[in-house]
Amino acid sequence: MKSSEIDATVSPVYTIEESFHDNAWQRLKMNRLAIVSLVFLILLSIICAIATWIAPYPYDLQNLAIGASSPSIRHWFGTDILGRDLLTRLLYGGQISLLVGLCATMVSLLIGVPYGMFSGYCGGKTDAFMMRIVDILYTLPFTILVIILMVVFGRNFLLLFAAIGAVEWLTMARIIRGDVLAVKEQTFIKAAVVLGLSQSRIIFRHILPNVLGTIIVYTTLTIPKVMLLEAFLSFLGLGVQPPMSSWGLLIRDGAEVMESHPWLLIFPGIIFSVTLFALNRLGDALRDALDPRFNKT
Amino acid sequence: MLKFVARRLLQIVPVLLIVITITFFLIRLAPGGPFTDEKKYPPEVIECRNAYYGLNDSLPMQYLHYLGNVVKGNLGPCLQYRNRTVNEVIKETFPISFELGCWAMIYALALGLVFGIIAALRPNTLLDHIPMAAAMTGICLPAFVLGPLLILVFGLWLGLFNASGWEMATDRILPAITLGSVYAAYIARLSRSSMLEILPMDYIRTARAKGASELRVIVCHALKNAAIPVVSFLGPAFAGIVTGSFVVETIFQIPGMGKMFVTAAFNRDYFLLLGLIVFYAGLLVALNLIVDIVLVWLNPKIKIEA
Repeated sequence: MKSSEIDATVSPVYTIEESFHDNAWQRLKMNRLAIVSLVFLILLSIICAIATWIAPYPYDLQNLAIGASSPSIRHWFGTDILGRDLLTRLLYGGQISLLVGLCATMVSLLIGVPYGMFSGYCGGKTDAFMMRIVDILYTLPFTILVIILMVVFGRNFLLLFAAIGAVEWLTMARIIRGDVLAVKEQTFIKAAVVLGLSQSRIIFRHILPNVLGTIIVYTTLTIPKVMLLEAFLSFLGLGVQPPMSSWGLLIRDGAEVMESHPWLLIFPGIIFSVTLFALNRLGDALRDALDPRFNKT
Repeated sequence: MLKFVARRLLQIVPVLLIVITITFFLIRLAPGGPFTDEKKYPPEVIECRNAYYGLNDSLPMQYLHYLGNVVKGNLGPCLQYRNRTVNEVIKETFPISFELGCWAMIYALALGLVFGIIAALRPNTLLDHIPMAAAMTGICLPAFVLGPLLILVFGLWLGLFNASGWEMATDRILPAITLGSVYAAYIARLSRSSMLEILPMDYIRTARAKGASELRVIVCHALKNAAIPVVSFLGPAFAGIVTGSFVVETIFQIPGMGKMFVTAAFNRDYFLLLGLIVFYAGLLVALNLIVDIVLVWLNPKIKIEA
């Protein structure tokens, strides 16, 4: 937040705080690839969300007569073994995958970031204690946990989010904690302490911007991980059940027949990859734009 | 330093105790038992087996009995694999998973760090986009896609490697790439991000002004601080990677530990699952201790108390 960065002629009446975010948006807009990614992600979310109305076929409509057919005019992306239209299934699967990715990542973010920052900032015995708790949680057998949750709560979609998010925050917490341990020893934090700033102000206004880069990058890495974990859980029986599907499940099914029906792997793979590319491009651009020291515009 | 290490090593004891306690009762909560499978044994046989393995005692008694055995270093018998103890299973499978994990980690670190550094040196140019796109491919192609794909191309079409198995030295290559690609992507992106944060700092300019070579500036000055998030990530990642991957071991038919984790959970092989988790927990705590030591070495200003 160096005031020297701010072009006084553009934003003469802003406070320093506002102009920093304004500047960040300016810098983000300069990154054309990031804007393309953003537009793509928004469009994709909308298309998947309204799949019920725009999809060419019902997602569970089987056509055993044609079976697995390669892409054609009637079925742009071809059909699967049971003759179901792949494009339709991708659109519906996108609903599940995007929702799982977003919600579970939010859960892991909301637990992991405050936990890691608090642990790192307090340091000492508190840090040791909090990190041992993380160690213990790491070792709990995830498969067994999922089976028990399924027995207790039944097949509940919301539970899937909670279960995934509750596992994914651990690494996030450890990484943030490591960063905070290093940042809090820098001189400007010492200065903030000497100035008598409140703890929450130091944590949120001075430490948070300096670990934001790591947070954003790890968040964009968590989303694909969560989407694939969802495929694994669905495979175990918790979560998405056939005939419903998700991207992870479609890719998994496609991988099994990649030699005989390659399009069943290629199309879900491409959609999944392009989404992740866009997400990560956007994440990197956001990271660059929000970096307080990154002066290149 | 010695005191720190000693205290942290002592902390393994309560951590293991809590892990054992939670897991012990947690797996008993799951429905089904080790001998309730599709073969439908007569109840007398199940009764007899339960008695043999001491599964008829009250739970607290079983728990105390198990704890006593663990203290003696005996992790108990396997319920599914007759005549084998959990200790034997770990002794047989861990070295394989460990070797595979090490190769995968070396591959991931080399690729990830090089890509991350190159990308950070020239942000938003082709030199940034191409390595990052390559790294992202590692995430987009999950193991159950990448593994069969590599087998298809390098094993069957080009005939360079065996499609599966764990006999020759070259058998390590495809599984290591399959297992390591995701980690390479994580390392590349984490290191790019933190390198970008470190490179504009004053002390890097100072190092350049002193006339240090570019390589020295990057490796000795910048990377040492930029590696902090990567190192934090590596602790749990390494523990996960050397205890095996179910998917990779299944695809390449490797007799490793990852398969044991999943089959033990599904077969309700109580002692095997508990034993594996105790082993994993010990490894994880030890690795996180190493991570904390490395963090302090990378940045001596960091203070960590035990």
